[in-house]
Order: sequence, then structure tokens, then C-alpha cells
Amino acid sequence: MSSSNHEHGAVGHIVPIKMLIGTCFALLILTVVTVWVAKLDFVKMQLSEMNILVAMGVAVVKCTIVALIFMHLRWERSFIGFVFVGSFLFVGVFIGFALLDTAEYQPSLIPGDSPQIQLKLDALDAAQATGEHGGAVHADAVVDQASSDADHDTPADH
Amino acid sequence: MTELHVQSDGHEEHGHDHPEFLGHHWKNPVQQFEAGKLGMWLFLATEVLLFGGLFCAYAIWRSNHPEIFKYGSQFLDTTWGAINTGVLLISSMTMAMAVTFAARGNNRAVIVTLILTLFGAAGFMAIKYVEYNHKFHEGFYPGMAFYEQPHASDLWLPLEETAIAKKAAIAKSEAALSTALAAEDVKRSEMPSPPADAQRWNKPEAAIGPQGMTTNQESLDTAEMAVFLPPSVLGNIIDQQGELAYAEHHTPGEPVHLAHPLQDPERPANAQKFFTIYFLMTGLHGIHVVIGGVVILWLLLKTMKGHFSREYYTPIDLGGLYWHIVDVIWIFLFPLFYLI
Repeated sequence: MSSSNHEHGAVGHIVPIKMLIGTCFALLILTVVTVWVAKLDFVKMQLSEMNILVAMGVAVVKCTIVALIFMHLRWERSFIGFVFVGSFLFVGVFIGFALLDTAEYQPSLIPGDSPQIQLKLDALDAAQATGEHGGAVHADAVVDQASSDADHDTPADH
Repeated sequence: MTELHVQSDGHEEHGHDHPEFLGHHWKNPVQQFEAGKLGMWLFLATEVLLFGGLFCAYAIWRSNHPEIFKYGSQFLDTTWGAINTGVLLISSMTMAMAVTFAARGNNRAVIVTLILTLFGAAGFMAIKYVEYNHKFHEGFYPGMAFYEQPHASDLWLPLEETAIAKKAAIAKSEAALSTALAAEDVKRSEMPSPPADAQRWNKPEAAIGPQGMTTNQESLDTAEMAVFLPPSVLGNIIDQQGELAYAEHHTPGEPVHLAHPLQDPERPANAQKFFTIYFLMTGLHGIHVVIGGVVILWLLLKTMKGHFSREYYTPIDLGGLYWHIVDVIWIFLFPLFYLI
């Protein structure tokens, strides 16, 4: 395949236009597939992890096709493939080990919104309660009020 | 980006057949082309690592708080995201075509395909602009600005009936729970022995494991369970029930704008984090698209001036590689943000 596609005297490998169109078509089909699969309700089917697995699987296939055909990786020296695939493997190691640690702790030590967010939400509630218009100035004023009322150890967030 | 010695200064002095585009330190055009490609691929590997850091942040945030991503993703428009995926894939194809035509020395076809690729880049950014503009208009900002809402009173959408009904259902189950707990307190003080029908709960399906509890939804009632379970386990079950109830009326991938997040009783805590990482990752990707567009424009001008030939089209090939890596990153971003 590689040698038969190599047009005479070319500096690099030449990929035929028809093959590029076919590749793009396949990629578009895969995009439709991944959108369609995302609409299936795997939570109901007791396969809640399935959506992300299928989505990532399709993405990896699409990425491989783009690299092999569009980026000519299929006809490159193997060292270039080593560099590129290696970068993905190292990202995989990075994410994998980070996630291993993340799973070791309680999911949420501080339930609810963060204290700073709660201040802002209280201010918005107060602004809603006192009047519907002039929200901007009013909300800011209440935030200032709330943060000065709040525990003085908490640094103001603005 | 890459060091390409297009001009070779004073190559006439050597008196041997050395093309204009070939640097002196290269043996032949193929060697120069291969070296340029290796440099570009090394750069692409660093790009993968750059985005890898952000993907790692995404993975940790999502594994800790899946509910934030499930909730936030509703406010992204899957249709626009899918169209943008198509736009990038087609522009990737036209870029690869430009490389093929360049290798065949067909300059006119290179110009046409590069213009088409440029349209793809512009189209992608235009759609991204529409999407970002919509998010900003609704106040879906990254970080704490999410809760600022300068014109909140004008933008807040009315609560829909389902949201009100759900709020009522939550309140009802909480009331039932507190009643049951109060009843249990009374029972405990009077009669410490387990109830006669405790046998009923020892079904194989209802096992308490380290991940929480697996329940048989049909036979268990929250208020009844409250009698037997410690609050920590019970909290898990209520969360699961809420998720199942949510899944029943929510089709993944379709936007369900129940209410503006700030008005929505079901908004998960720290919901702004979805938009923080959404804008961070798609924003950095957008910057890459703009840079790619500038590179393609530069290639187009050089091609129009006749700088390239079938012996020398290295910049087109390397610019194409950059454009494809932008596509590859979007291929991962699209399902991770739009298809949750």
C-alpha cells in the first residue's frame, strides 16, 4: 500500500484525494454515532459508565484516523509515531495516577456551595426580596454588607 | 515555530547544484523535509502535554463532582457543538488536500483548498462566538462571576412546573424522613430490640458496600429505611434516588432548561466550576484555532506568490500538521463537554 501510493519523484508521501474524502466521511459518520450514543440513557440500563466509555472510545478511533491518514503518520518513520503516541501515553499515565489518588478520599468534605459563593447567593436573595430593579448596584451593596457582617477571618473575595 | 532555512545565503559560491530553498547544512531536500517534520511532531507532542494538564484537571474535577458536569452540560448546545466538529473535520480534509496538491505541484488547487480551510477556521470561530455570546448573555461566566449577575432580574427565567414539583417532592421526602427519625427516637427510648419485620430488609439485593448502598427501588421507601440506617448511608441513597428521578425525565444530550441556575433548586453546589473549565479548555483551543488560521493565511499568501513547488512545500505540510492537532484536540473536547 505504502509503496504503490508513492508517486514518482515526490519529496513526501502523497495521499490520494479520494482517500481523504473517504476518511472525512468516516470521521463524520463517527461523529454522528457518538452524538447518537450520548442520547441513549445508559443510567436507566444500569450502565451509567457506558456513555463516557463509548464517547472516549469513538474519540480515540477518530484521533487515530486523523493521525494515520490526514497527518500521514501511517507512512512516516516509526520514530515520529513513537514521539506522538508516547506523548499520549504519558498524558495517560499523568491522568491515571492523579485519578487513582483522587478516588481515595471522601467525595465532599465541605458540602454545599463554598462560603464565598454563599455570600453572593445571600446577597442576590436579598436583592430579589427588596426589589426587582437596579439589581447590579443593589446586589453589590448587599455583598459588601454581607461580607462585613460575616466572620472577619474570612478574606473578602473582591 | 519551526526553523526552516528557506533562503540559503550565497549558495552560488559553492558552485554545485543547490536549490534556492535548501539550507546549506542539508544533504538534499528529503533530509531537510524529514528534519522539519520531526521538529514539528516534537512540538505537537508538547501541545498534547499542554492540553494533557487541562484534561487531567477535567478528569479530577469530574470524578469528584460528576453532578456539576451533568448539570452544566445541559446549558451547552449539542447541535452547535456537533456542527463545529463537522466544520473542523472538513477543514482538516481540505488542509490534507492542500498538502496533496502541493506535493503534486498544483498551485491553483492549493490556493483553493487553503481558502476553504480558512473558511473552516473562520466558521468555527464564528460559531464559537455565537455560543460564548449566548453564555455571557445568560450570565454563565467562569469562576465567581457566575454569581454576580449584574442584570439578574432581567435574565432569570420563570421556574417551570416540573422544577416546582420536584422542589415539593424533596421537601416532602425530607419531612417524611424527619418524622421517621423522630418516631425512631421514641421507639429506641422505649423498645431497644429490633422490629419483628427486620428480616424483610435482609434481602441479597440490599447490600451495604464501601461504595454506598445498592437498593431495590420498588420495595424500599426512604422514610422506612431511615429507621434502620445511619444518616451517612441514608444520604447516599437519597442522592441515588434523586439521580434516578432526574434520569427518568432527562434525556442526555438534550438541553433541559428548567430554570436559570441561580434560581434552580436543583443547581448542584459550586456549579460554576463546569463553566470555568469549559471556558478554559475551549478558550485555549480557540486560541489555537486563531493561530492556525493565521498560519494558513500566511501559507496562502506564500503560495500565491509562488514560493512553493512540488520539490519544496514543507511549510504547507507542517502548517497542516498543526491544523490537524487542533482538530484532534476538539475531537476529545466535544464529547467531554457537550455529550455528558
